[in-house]
Amino acid sequence: MRGGGRRRKLHFSKIYSFTCGKSSMRDEHSQIGGPGYSRVVYCNEPDSFEAHMRNYGDNYVRSTKYTVATFLPKSLFEQFRRVANFYFLVTGTLAFTPLAPFTAVSAIIPLIIVIGATMVKEGIEDWRRKQQDIEVNNRKVNVHYGNGVFDYTAWRNLRVGDIVRVEKDEFFPTDLLLLSSSYDDAICYVETMNLDGETNLKLKQALEVTSFLQEDSKFNDFNAIVKCEDPNANLYSFVGTMEFDKQQFPLSPQQLLLRDSKLRNTDYIYGAVIFTGPDTKVIQNSTAPPSKRSRVEKKMDKIIYFLFCVLFTMAFVGSIYFGIATKDDLNNGIMKRWYLRPDNSRIFFDAKRAPYAAIYHFLTALMLYGYFIPISLYVSIEIVKVLQSIFINQDIHMYYEESDKPAHARTSNLNEELGQVDTILSDKTGTLTCNSMEFIKCSVAGTAYGRGYTEVERAMGRRNGSPLVHQHLSGGDNLKDSTDGKAPIKGFNFKDERVMNGNWVNEPNAEYIQKFFSLLAICHTAIPEVDEATGNISYEAESPDEAAFVIAARELGFEFYKRTQTTISLRELDPVSGKKVERTYSLLNVLEFNSTRKRMSVIVRSEGGKILLLSKGADNVMLERLARNGSDFEEETMEHLNEYADAGLRTLILAYRELDEDEYKEFNQNFIKAKNSVSAERETVIDEVTEKIEKDLILLGATAVEDKLQNGVPDCIDKLAQAGIKIWVLTGDKMETAINIGFACSLLRQGMKQIVITLESPEIKVLEKEGEKEAIATASKGSVLNQINRGKAQLTASSRNPEAFALIIDGKSLAYALEDDVKNLFLNLAIGCASVICCRSSPKQKALVTRLVKSGTGKTTLAIGDGANDVGMLQEADIGVGISGVEGMQAVMSSDIAIAQFQYLERLLLVHGHWCYRRISSMICYFFYKNIAFGFTLFLYEAHTSFSGTPAYNDWFLSLYNVFFSSLPVVAMGVFDQDVSARFCFKFPLLYQEGVQNILFSWRRIFGWMLNGFTTAAIIFFFCTKALAHQAFNSEGKTAGRDILGATMYTCTVWVVNLQMALAISYFTLIQHLFIWGSIALWYIFLLAYGAMSPSLSTTAYKIFIEALAPTPSFWLITIFVPVSGLILFFTYSAVQMRFFPMYHRTIQWIRYEGTSNDPKLCDMVRQRSLRPQTVGFTARLAARANRIKDRHHNRR
Amino acid sequence: MSSNTAPSSSGGAGSADATSTRRHSKRPKYSRFTQQELPACKPILTPRWVISAFMLVSIVFIPIGVASLFASRDVVEIIDRYETDCIPTTNRTDKVRFIQSPGPKKCNRTLKVSKRMKQPIYVYYQLDNFYQNHRRYVKSRSDQQLKDPKSESDVDACKPEDMANGLPIVPCGLIAWSLFNDTYSFSRNKQQLTVNKKDISWKSDREHKFGKNVFPKNFQNGSLKGGATLNTSKPLSEQEDLIVWMRTAALPTFRKLYGKIEVDLEENDTIEVILDNNYNTYSFSGKKKLVLSTTSWIGGRNDFLGIAYLTVGGLCFFLAMAFTVVYLVKPRQLGDPSYLSWNRNPGGH
Repeated sequence: MRGGGRRRKLHFSKIYSFTCGKSSMRDEHSQIGGPGYSRVVYCNEPDSFEAHMRNYGDNYVRSTKYTVATFLPKSLFEQFRRVANFYFLVTGTLAFTPLAPFTAVSAIIPLIIVIGATMVKEGIEDWRRKQQDIEVNNRKVNVHYGNGVFDYTAWRNLRVGDIVRVEKDEFFPTDLLLLSSSYDDAICYVETMNLDGETNLKLKQALEVTSFLQEDSKFNDFNAIVKCEDPNANLYSFVGTMEFDKQQFPLSPQQLLLRDSKLRNTDYIYGAVIFTGPDTKVIQNSTAPPSKRSRVEKKMDKIIYFLFCVLFTMAFVGSIYFGIATKDDLNNGIMKRWYLRPDNSRIFFDAKRAPYAAIYHFLTALMLYGYFIPISLYVSIEIVKVLQSIFINQDIHMYYEESDKPAHARTSNLNEELGQVDTILSDKTGTLTCNSMEFIKCSVAGTAYGRGYTEVERAMGRRNGSPLVHQHLSGGDNLKDSTDGKAPIKGFNFKDERVMNGNWVNEPNAEYIQKFFSLLAICHTAIPEVDEATGNISYEAESPDEAAFVIAARELGFEFYKRTQTTISLRELDPVSGKKVERTYSLLNVLEFNSTRKRMSVIVRSEGGKILLLSKGADNVMLERLARNGSDFEEETMEHLNEYADAGLRTLILAYRELDEDEYKEFNQNFIKAKNSVSAERETVIDEVTEKIEKDLILLGATAVEDKLQNGVPDCIDKLAQAGIKIWVLTGDKMETAINIGFACSLLRQGMKQIVITLESPEIKVLEKEGEKEAIATASKGSVLNQINRGKAQLTASSRNPEAFALIIDGKSLAYALEDDVKNLFLNLAIGCASVICCRSSPKQKALVTRLVKSGTGKTTLAIGDGANDVGMLQEADIGVGISGVEGMQAVMSSDIAIAQFQYLERLLLVHGHWCYRRISSMICYFFYKNIAFGFTLFLYEAHTSFSGTPAYNDWFLSLYNVFFSSLPVVAMGVFDQDVSARFCFKFPLLYQEGVQNILFSWRRIFGWMLNGFTTAAIIFFFCTKALAHQAFNSEGKTAGRDILGATMYTCTVWVVNLQMALAISYFTLIQHLFIWGSIALWYIFLLAYGAMSPSLSTTAYKIFIEALAPTPSFWLITIFVPVSGLILFFTYSAVQMRFFPMYHRTIQWIRYEGTSNDPKLCDMVRQRSLRPQTVGFTARLAARANRIKDRHHNRR
Repeated sequence: MSSNTAPSSSGGAGSADATSTRRHSKRPKYSRFTQQELPACKPILTPRWVISAFMLVSIVFIPIGVASLFASRDVVEIIDRYETDCIPTTNRTDKVRFIQSPGPKKCNRTLKVSKRMKQPIYVYYQLDNFYQNHRRYVKSRSDQQLKDPKSESDVDACKPEDMANGLPIVPCGLIAWSLFNDTYSFSRNKQQLTVNKKDISWKSDREHKFGKNVFPKNFQNGSLKGGATLNTSKPLSEQEDLIVWMRTAALPTFRKLYGKIEVDLEENDTIEVILDNNYNTYSFSGKKKLVLSTTSWIGGRNDFLGIAYLTVGGLCFFLAMAFTVVYLVKPRQLGDPSYLSWNRNPGGH
């Protein structure tokens, strides 16, 4: 396990200058022991008396919502927070009073079923979380058992004060105090992606006094007392002291290893447990993600409120009538309806106290009309959504083979929201691009090398030339790949026979090439790892582009194979002898990269004794540091640089300089002094020192690394654009890169007017140098406002002649554009543009932009990203989609849906989103329909009982309507219905607009369905009562009583609502058939079974079917006639609509039905039915090109 | 260069084969169900479908309509409204007082048979504006008591007709209490027509809801007399008038079977009815009718179903024709985008 003995000798602290190292000696240490700083940890003696006194919790982490004890009350509370459920609870309770029009049990049982089902679902979900917890809590870690013996134990068993040993690539189980590592200087590398999303490795270093503890046995008699701050959520602070050997040592965040970060590039570390379980910083930081509800569901609430209004109105009307009728019954002691005994009545029917009777009746009516509100709606929707998300999870087309990741809907709340996305806000790195860098081109001494074609160049080829060029390009590429016959090397895509296989010696500028590649092999901070079996070398680097450089150097014959503390060893081709020789450069200094310096240099002494300063960096900082005479081919290099940038490549300039001994000595002294200084200006001092030596550089050339686009990104974007979805790119990258990627993704194209808003203007820069904050702010804001207004003017100027605009804005300007008084202007401008790219934006700005779009336009926004810097955006957007490809899980954990690749967004939105939206909205409409159809018959009947509150149906018919006889088909529709198949969803992306414009869940459609419900109810009631009037019901002269009328009407209702379902769906699987016909059959079976029970149970339904209904022809005639006439209206409406006003999906169904889906002309016509021209995506690009060519022809004539 | 990129242990040939050997443990299993590719029929409303559906409905409905209409028309019905006529003209100003006054209130009615009536001829009384479906009324009964002699005192639901003189009433409740008590006797040519009152109720009621050993007790003994009295020596299961009455009507206008006349009545026969007008419908101004009716397979006389069938059948035929004409005259044009809703207002959405 501990294979890296070689590396243990390294003192990396010398390579790094420890910018954030030992500078944190602050006053806070004086607060130790005071309030907020009271924690005392007895390291390595968790069993001691003092530690017991403290009794800190164990390391068990709980993410479940409920415990066994709290499950019942908590989940019940959750359930009854929903207004409909609460209403049913109230009416259910009231049902136990004499007010009830039906028996209490029949009212309460559906509620119990519904609530029970939801609670079971909650329980299962929580159980899953529990399983995850168990998995995490039972992970193993090596812990000190005493006497220098370490053994594995589960994470949850760790106690404060334990000493643990964490191996390479393991997660830290708790917040640990770093004691020592496999390196002699007790440093270790930590990946904190899970915490903050930053992907570069962080360096931690233990106190020197504990760095000797490098073996298990040394912990035999180790003791220390740590006093530190109390648990808090601040990831970047830690204050404490360690008492060791009777001495006090201050502790800083530099010694704290946080739970859920990962040990990298270090074989092992020893640490003492400081915070456990819920006390750890990451758990303290975790907030419950905001619960999101979809638009459809919010609207559904409104509908429910509306129905409540209808219900209350009906109850009110009924109560007034009832009150008057009741009062009328007794007039000066004369009874009108004497058979009701109004003279001797309880309050509910008391003619003498009619107003009270009316009020009580109101409550009765509320219970009776409760059938207006679909009790099973919520639970049905939940079931449907869970099943829908299972479909999303199981979709084989959204499974990414390479990372073994299927799509994962983390919440099922937002399925239908996926069908309504108007704007996508996308991160760039890791989302659009793979975050894998490939060395693809270089320019050495003014000559460009590298024949590989990038995705971007292919896209450019598509953009500039004919599609043939593109084919030719890619074809040639393939040919080369196949002839090469080598496995592709990750990070290396460079093809040029002039320099490969050692051919560079024959190039005219071989000397430069040699320097160029050796610089690549030397100037970096990567560490080589030799596979002992094969001798292959791999590298561990801080960033993938750095790795790409070292690999490129290796592949081109400059193999970096060994790094010691002071040397770097290469195997390189000697141009003179033509043989591989091993050369060792002694490493003198590393001048690190940081974002202000934008360059990195090393100073080495070559075998020949020359001192070389090797430097690489961004073009703008490097060019000004070149020697006047050292840049013979600066022009050519610049040209190449521009070309590379056009192709969307990341470029760096390489340069070097020879130093003489004295110059170096002087520098070294200053540098060491600067490094060891502890003043606040330490960094500035270091910068100043390095500035002095990094000058007069001699240009070698430039490198170009491709930031690879993910598979299928351009196609996906094109489809989404065709669907009318707007795509904004929010990236932390610099403007040039962002623009390049924009081109590659077809978000930008030639002929698109770019409105660039930036503060990189000279005036602002001057101000910034002067450093007056207020002046800068006013000037900047003015400038941004000005630019926005200019852009807006451009936009309005061309509004008649629609031209595509692109808005590109950088982070600094964005800060001003997002201010309250500017943001609406900015939003207006942005909405007018076809594509929007925000570069250099911070995570917070990303979230703010998302909020601006969401609240400003009122449309559904979807944010997609992969890193922790996207978390804010993901949580802010209506839907957050996390890319689950990379190791960091922060984005995924805060997302609503996780997919492995950007390209799956296409399927997620256009297919699943569209289907889910359609299913849920149809389902809700249908739910209201069926309940109104049922509830309104109750009302109509009640009106014929002088509003006394008699239900038309038997108690159990009433309560089982929603549960058994009408809900399964709806659920089946919600789960399985498809208007058009996935293939056609892709073929006609415009179909997606049905969701964006909310056509299927517009008030018109909702009220249409409600009206349908009311008419159906009226038809059922009046036809049934007319047909079953007072005449004999059968040939034996028996007349129809309440029981027969009720059962007949109920039968008709069951038929109508189920047949209506059959008419409404367009996708009949066996399941649909089963559920629809099954529900109807179930009703008859129920009627038989219930009727066969003893009359005390079945009351009015006793033997009703066998004895009365089934032998009677008129019953059957009515049940044929009423459903058919109830449906004719809808059927005619649908037929007319299909014929004259087909909706888009109907048109597509038509095309499929007629089999003309392969007629390109027709399809094109249907596809282009939108009057809004497409502005982004490569289809638009091709169309624009075609237009240009047409214009040119036109002009020539 | 190392701004925001992931640390990667990128290497040469060594890392390439790691991915290929990995097991695809999380790969979703393919099934037509999970991939939502189940075989399904996808009906759409093509003209042929629409027209055939309408045609089918009209072809089925029109004959049914004709048949039902014939059946309904076959039924001969004699209706005699008597609630006003049976009150002596002198008493018509205060009918309620008259009806509540003691003493017999005989009334003679003459019915004319308009058409030959084949036996059995059903005799109904029809009440109007009588809310037998009122919630207070409907609930005012004790099914337990009706069925089981041991549950005699199970009268909670029956208030205020639950107890009289400190003893439970059998049968209790408002329904039983308000039992209809007009009586009819028929004669043709001075010859008595017997009214068979057996089997006028549903069999299940007789056998399972009304007990064979439950006898009326303490009935109509309260301070306020309701309707009919019952023969205390007959068990409830044989009190068919009560059983019919207790099966409450659905709507305020209803008929209840009174009995059957089991001889044919010829056309132009005159039937003398002697009726006891006892039942008070006057206080709520309800009508009372005596109905004699034959039945057919569809039941009593009601043209509604037949007419409705014919109307809907005819409507469907008309629609079928209309659609045929429309489809022939103006075949559908696919490419016409003007109907798409989001194109109607391209700018504003």
